[in-house]
Amino acid sequence: MIDKTLASPEAALADVFDGATVMIGGFGTAGQPGELIDALIAQGATDLTVVNNNAGNGDFGLAALLKARRVRRIVCSFPRQSDSQIFDALYRAGDIELELVPQGNLAVRIQAAGAGLGGVFTPTGFGTLLAEGKETREIDGRNYVLEYPIKADFALIKALKGDRWGNLVYRKAARNFGPIMAQAAKVTVAQVADIVELGALDPENIVTPGIFVQRVVRV
Amino acid sequence: MASYTRLNRDQMAQRVARDIFEGAYVNLGIGLPTRVANFLPADREIFLHSENGILGMGPAPAKGEEDPELINAGKEPVTLLTGGCYFHHGDSFAMMRGGHLDICVLGAFQVSAKGDLANWHTGAPDAIPAVGGAMDLAIGAKQVFVMMELLTKGGESKFVQACSYPVTGIDCVNRLYTDLAVFDITKHGPVVIEMIDGLDIDELQKLVGLPLRSAI
Repeated sequence: MIDKTLASPEAALADVFDGATVMIGGFGTAGQPGELIDALIAQGATDLTVVNNNAGNGDFGLAALLKARRVRRIVCSFPRQSDSQIFDALYRAGDIELELVPQGNLAVRIQAAGAGLGGVFTPTGFGTLLAEGKETREIDGRNYVLEYPIKADFALIKALKGDRWGNLVYRKAARNFGPIMAQAAKVTVAQVADIVELGALDPENIVTPGIFVQRVVRV
Repeated sequence: MASYTRLNRDQMAQRVARDIFEGAYVNLGIGLPTRVANFLPADREIFLHSENGILGMGPAPAKGEEDPELINAGKEPVTLLTGGCYFHHGDSFAMMRGGHLDICVLGAFQVSAKGDLANWHTGAPDAIPAVGGAMDLAIGAKQVFVMMELLTKGGESKFVQACSYPVTGIDCVNRLYTDLAVFDITKHGPVVIEMIDGLDIDELQKLVGLPLRSAI
């Protein structure tokens, strides 16, 4: 019997290693897998590369992971926010590397990794600072920038419900990066509010098929 | 010296709202453009898109009804209209980048005569850069509207020959709404399509300092 559920966030993250690339779902705090991040902090892996839309809010969740100095490099689109003081201080002190990526390029680069593509030509960012030094191409009269996939060793995401095969449904705008990050990581860990029986999720409405999810933990 | 009163920010938002048509799929950027939502005519069905994964976004909820998982791109609580839906970031940016949105409305530091937009970064050495969806919105919608005050507080035009701030997108702005005039940005340069009462093209020309054609 296939059972992807694990007893605790700690059990689900036991093998995260130093230097790993970890995608973390969420747009601000909506969809941020808070319990998994807390478990990652407790687990102790360091020298991480984190992929997230933002760079933490307040002093909890992703911000707490940064504060614990576990993150060497962050790949994100919008680090600067009214409550991003922990990132701001690390960045100004030169204690964290930032790769700033336009939000849609972040999404499509994650999708490219999940879809097995070698790169994407995107119009976003053409002619701007964020495309400097990158290969460009004119296709059908329009200019594009070549961007490479972003893949990860682990993806930590938050969903509403999951089953033992790893099928997931989400809640409202907390879905954001969850489905695409799940496709781009070797190991996707989903925290859910409920683990339901196989068949309880309407197959027409499953958003992330279980093939993209390796571990499910109820929090 | 001509005598005129500049539009205030609500009047600018009202002016933009007038051009948003029945059935339009629209993204309103953070800041001044968000205000346009307050003036959309109630008799038109207009689909507001929020880049974090909402179509059919509704107004702010009543106090006490906020849901931390139902927020807009500015991370403020919103609601979902009947018929609205949620989707992931891949789909959301396909809508934006893929030319599916009819209109996006953005704020700006500067717009150039050929339609370059600068709105993401001041370029100051100590600034922490953040871009979000600005570059996707700038190049993705069928029509890109910008709204901004025409002049800086010091009286310099923000509608310029070439942007001095780092650009968000090039050749991307279709129409510029300001507190003094509305401009279409065409292949042949800027065309004035409206001016506020009491302002004339000579005076506007002096303020902007760019060659302007008038369609009025």
